[in-house]
Amino acid sequence: MTTPRDIACVELVELLTDYLEGALPPDEVAAVEAHLEICPPCRVYVAQMRATIAALGSVPVETLPDEAYDELLAAFRDRFA
Amino acid sequence: MLRVARSYVHTHSSAEEVVQEAWLGVVRSLDGFEGRSQLRTWVFRILVNVARRRGRADERANAELMGPTVDPRRFRDDDDPYPGHWRDDAAPVDWGPEPEVLAAEFRAALGKALTELPERQRAVVELRDVHGFDGEEVCELLDLTAANQRVLLHRGRARLRAALEGVLA
Repeated sequence: MTTPRDIACVELVELLTDYLEGALPPDEVAAVEAHLEICPPCRVYVAQMRATIAALGSVPVETLPDEAYDELLAAFRDRFA
Repeated sequence: MLRVARSYVHTHSSAEEVVQEAWLGVVRSLDGFEGRSQLRTWVFRILVNVARRRGRADERANAELMGPTVDPRRFRDDDDPYPGHWRDDAAPVDWGPEPEVLAAEFRAALGKALTELPERQRAVVELRDVHGFDGEEVCELLDLTAANQRVLLHRGRARLRAALEGVLA
């Protein structure tokens, strides 16, 4: 494989979700991973994002009642059908 | 009517909805029509009002999906030897071990930040990360393309991370 292209931190933070979702093509995955290899602050950023996602899994669901949910879905459909 | 609506909104499907909503408005307020203007003028006035409102709403929704998710001032300028890299004084700081991250205060802040997300980002993040649906299911539930689902997830998560960073700083 050729050397992955250089990416800057400002680009990495915008590629992160696609990376975590497995939606990046292999050469972009390599570029992201090569960057993380050499960039401690971006590793911290990724850890923060993972921690945010993990914490979302423990947000008490009872604060989101079913009515609110239905309302949300209905509003969504109304506006963006 | 479609053509008039189309000049205020960006997509054909938005224009169709505008026309539909305008006719609903006409039907609902027909009793209030006093005959001071021609019926046709009155109908088009309602149409234009609905279309303007919809155009602004669409623009706001699109604006939510543009621009960087991290404050650009945290990155080095183009004339720096390392353009686009974190500034030393603005780089993200380690949040410490995970138990800390799951502490009650932190979760409360997260719950609050979640309610403050724009509606579509909130819907996607809640379904994905709170309720654990996978991407495909969320696309189906909310009638989104895979790419749009990822954009909404990305922006929502990035905002939440930033909110938590504010709490922990």
